[in-house]
Amino acid sequence: MIPELGHFSLILALAVALVQGTLPLLGAARGDDRLMALGRTAALTQAFLVVLAFAALTQAYVTSDFSVANVVANSHSAKPLLYKISGVWGNHEGSMLLWALILALFGAAVAIFGAGLPDTLRARVLAVQALIGVGFLAFLLFTSNPFERVSPAPLDGNGLNPLLQDPGLAFHPPLLYLGYVGFSVTYAFAIAALLEGRVDAAWARWVRPWTLAAWCFLTLGIALGSWWAYYILGWGGFWFWDPVENASLMPWLAGTALLHSAIVVEKRDALKSWTVLLAILAFSLSLLGTFLVRSGVLTSVHAFAQDPARGMFILGFLLLVTGGGLALYAWRAPQLQGGGLFQPVSREGALILNNLLLCTLAATVLLGTLYPLFLDLLTGNKVSVGPPFFNATFVPICAPLFAALCVGPYLGWKRAELWPALMHLRVAFIAAVIAAIVAATAIDGRATLAALAFGFGVWLILGSLIELAQRLVRTGFRLPPRAALGMTIAHAALGVVVLGAVGTGAWNSELMQTMKPGDRASFRGFEVTLERVENLQGPNYVAERATLRLSVGGKPYTTLQPERRLFTLQRRQVAETAIHTNLLRDLYATLGEGSAASGWVIRLYYNPLAPWIWLGAALCALGGFVSLSDRRLRIGAPSRTRPVVQAAE
Amino acid sequence: MNRRLLFLLPLLTLALMAGFFAWSLLAGRDPASIGSVLVGRPAPRLDVKPLRDGEPPLTDALLRTGKPAIVNFFASWCTPCLAEHPLFARLAAREGAVVIGIAWKNKPEEARAWLKRLGDPYRFAGADLEGRAGLDWGLSGVPETYLVDGQGIVRRHFRGPITERDVNETILPFLKGAK
Repeated sequence: MIPELGHFSLILALAVALVQGTLPLLGAARGDDRLMALGRTAALTQAFLVVLAFAALTQAYVTSDFSVANVVANSHSAKPLLYKISGVWGNHEGSMLLWALILALFGAAVAIFGAGLPDTLRARVLAVQALIGVGFLAFLLFTSNPFERVSPAPLDGNGLNPLLQDPGLAFHPPLLYLGYVGFSVTYAFAIAALLEGRVDAAWARWVRPWTLAAWCFLTLGIALGSWWAYYILGWGGFWFWDPVENASLMPWLAGTALLHSAIVVEKRDALKSWTVLLAILAFSLSLLGTFLVRSGVLTSVHAFAQDPARGMFILGFLLLVTGGGLALYAWRAPQLQGGGLFQPVSREGALILNNLLLCTLAATVLLGTLYPLFLDLLTGNKVSVGPPFFNATFVPICAPLFAALCVGPYLGWKRAELWPALMHLRVAFIAAVIAAIVAATAIDGRATLAALAFGFGVWLILGSLIELAQRLVRTGFRLPPRAALGMTIAHAALGVVVLGAVGTGAWNSELMQTMKPGDRASFRGFEVTLERVENLQGPNYVAERATLRLSVGGKPYTTLQPERRLFTLQRRQVAETAIHTNLLRDLYATLGEGSAASGWVIRLYYNPLAPWIWLGAALCALGGFVSLSDRRLRIGAPSRTRPVVQAAE
Repeated sequence: MNRRLLFLLPLLTLALMAGFFAWSLLAGRDPASIGSVLVGRPAPRLDVKPLRDGEPPLTDALLRTGKPAIVNFFASWCTPCLAEHPLFARLAAREGAVVIGIAWKNKPEEARAWLKRLGDPYRFAGADLEGRAGLDWGLSGVPETYLVDGQGIVRRHFRGPITERDVNETILPFLKGAK
C-alpha cells in the first residue's frame, strides 16, 4: 500500500512539474500575475509530493519490505539501520529519486526565499527548475521505477554493495547531489536571465547565494568521497583521477570560476555573458558527470548501474538541457551589453585570470577523461589516461593560479598597481621561499616539484592571513564583512589542502611485510608488533582483525586494528583500514591476505599531513558558509536601478 | 557576425561531444572487454635488458622451456598495478609460477624501489624503458598480462589488472593444464 502511495505521488509530482514548467513561463511572457504566482504554489506542492515518495521508499527499506523489487536487490534484513536508510540511495533508482527530491527541495527553497525577486524572474526560474524536474521524474517513472513490486516476495534481500556499507559513503551521495542539483538553480537563473534579456548587478547578487550553497555542498561531497577512497580502498592514496572523481571535479572547477566571475558582474557590471555561460556549464558538467558514470561509456572502479538504454535517456536529457541552454545563449547573449571598463591590472583582470585558469583546468580534466573514449571510437586504440597525464597538465596550471590568488585581493577595481600589492605580500613570499628550500633540502632533495608545491601552500595560507591582518589593522580591528572573511578562510584552506596533498603524495613512506603473531618490525621510529589476528562476527560479515602494537623506545604508543571483512552474502572482501592520526600525520595500517601458517601481509603507511587534505576541504566549505551568511546576501535584496528594458520576445 | 559565431561555439562543441557519446552508446561496445590478436600465436620477440643489476637479459629462450610462464608488464607509476601486485606475489610464492615482469616506460631505479617496497614476485625481471618490448607485444598500457605455454604460444591476454577471479578461474587451471 505505502509503495503504491509513493508511486502515485511521484506521478502527481510529474503532473505538477509539467504545470509549473509551462504556465508561469506563459504568465511571465504575458504579464499575467495569477499564472506567475502559480509557480510558487506548484513548487511547494511538487516538493511535498516528492518528499512523500521518498519517505515511502525509505519506509520500505527500513521495514525491509521485500515485495518491492528495489529493496530486494539492494537491502537485507540483517543490515544495520543506518545502511538500510543509506541503501535507499545506494542504487540507481533510489539515487535518482534522491536527485529528484533535492531538485524539488531547491525549487521550494527558491519559492520561499525568493520572495524579494521580481515576479517575472521568479516565475521563470521556478519554471526552468520544474522543467528539469520533469526530465528526472519522467526518467524515474518510465525507466527506473523504484516502487516496482515482485511477486512472490522473497524471504530476504541481496544486500547492499559492501563497499558502500560505510558511514563515509552513506552521506557522500546526498552531499554531492546537493552540490550538483544546487547548480540547477544557477542554471535556472541563467536561463531566466537570457529569457528576460537582462543580466545586471541585482541578478548577480541573487544568483550568488545559490551558487555558493551548491559549491559548499559539492566541496564537502568531493572531500567525503576522497576520504572514503583513502581509508577503504587501502592504497593510501586520496585521489586517483578516476572518471567518476573527475566527473565531480569538473562542475566544482566551473562552479568555483562562476563564484568569482559573478563578483565582477555584481560590482562592476562586466563579464555578463561569460558568467551566464559558466552558470549553464556548471550544471551541464554535473549532468555530464551523471551520464558518464551511469551510461557505461567509460569504465571506472566505482562502477554504478550501467545500462546503455538509460545512457540514451540521460544523453537525450543532457542534450535538451545543455543544448537548449546553449542555443538560447547563442541567440540572446550577444545582446548583453557589458558595463564597466577596466585595465588589465585590476581586480577585474585578476578575476578574469582566475576564470581562465580554472576553466583551463576543467577543460584539461574533461579532455583527459574523454580522450580514451574518443580515441577508441576513432581508431580502435584502447588507452587509459591516469595520473601521469594529470600530473603533467593539471598540476602546472595550478601554479599561476596559486601565485595570483593572494595578489588579487590587493588589487583595486578598474585599475591598480601591481608593485604595491606585491610589496604587501613580501613577508608571505619570503616565508614561502624559505619553506620550499627547507622542504627541498631537509625532507627530500630530489622532489623539487613537491618542494615548490609546499612553498605554494605556505604562500596561500600566509598571503590570505596577512591580507586579513592588514585589513583588521586598517579598520581598527573591526571584523570585516562575512563575505571577505569567508574568502580569507577559503583561500587559506586551499593552502592547507595543498600542504596535505604534497605531504601525503610526496613524503609518505610505507612498509609491507608478511608477519606472524609475535613478529616485530620497525617503521619510522616505531617498533611494530603483530600481537594477534582474530576472527570476528559482524552483523552481516565475518572479519579477520589484526592487533598491531606500536611503541616508541619501548614505551607503548598506540594500537592499530585493521580488519579484512568478508561479506558473506556477496562473497566480497573489503579492507577496513586502521588509522591513527595526530593531525600532523596519519599512521595507516591494512591487513592483507594470510593464514596462521604463512603469516599475514601487513601494510603500514606513514602519511605526513594527510589529515590536512580533508581538514582543508572542510575549512574551504566553511569559508563558503561564512560568506553565505553575509548580511548583504540575506536581506540586502537590491532594487533594480534602471527600468527593465523589455526584451524582444 | 564573428561575434555571433563565438557565442555559437559552446553549442557546436556540445554537438560534437554528443555525437561521440551517441556513437559510443549505439556501437554497443563494452569498454571493459577488448580482444587480442596474439592469442594462439607464438609469443612476440623477447629481448629486454635486465631490471636487476648483474642478471642476464631476458630472451625468447625463457618462453620455450617446456614450462608455462606468466609475462606481466607493469610500472611503478601505475595504480592498477599496485592492486594486482599481491596476486603475483601469491602466484610466485604459493603456486611456484614462473612470473616474468617487465617494467614498461619506467625508470629502472623507480621500478626497483617499488619492488623493494612491495615485494618482488618476478623470477625474471626486465626494464623496457623506451617501450620497445611493449610495441612488440601490442601493449596498450599497463598492467597487461600474458599467459604463455611451454612451447612459447600465447594462450591468454589480460588487459588491465588481473583479479582474484582471473587467478582462480583462468590462471591456476592454465598452470596445471600446461604442465
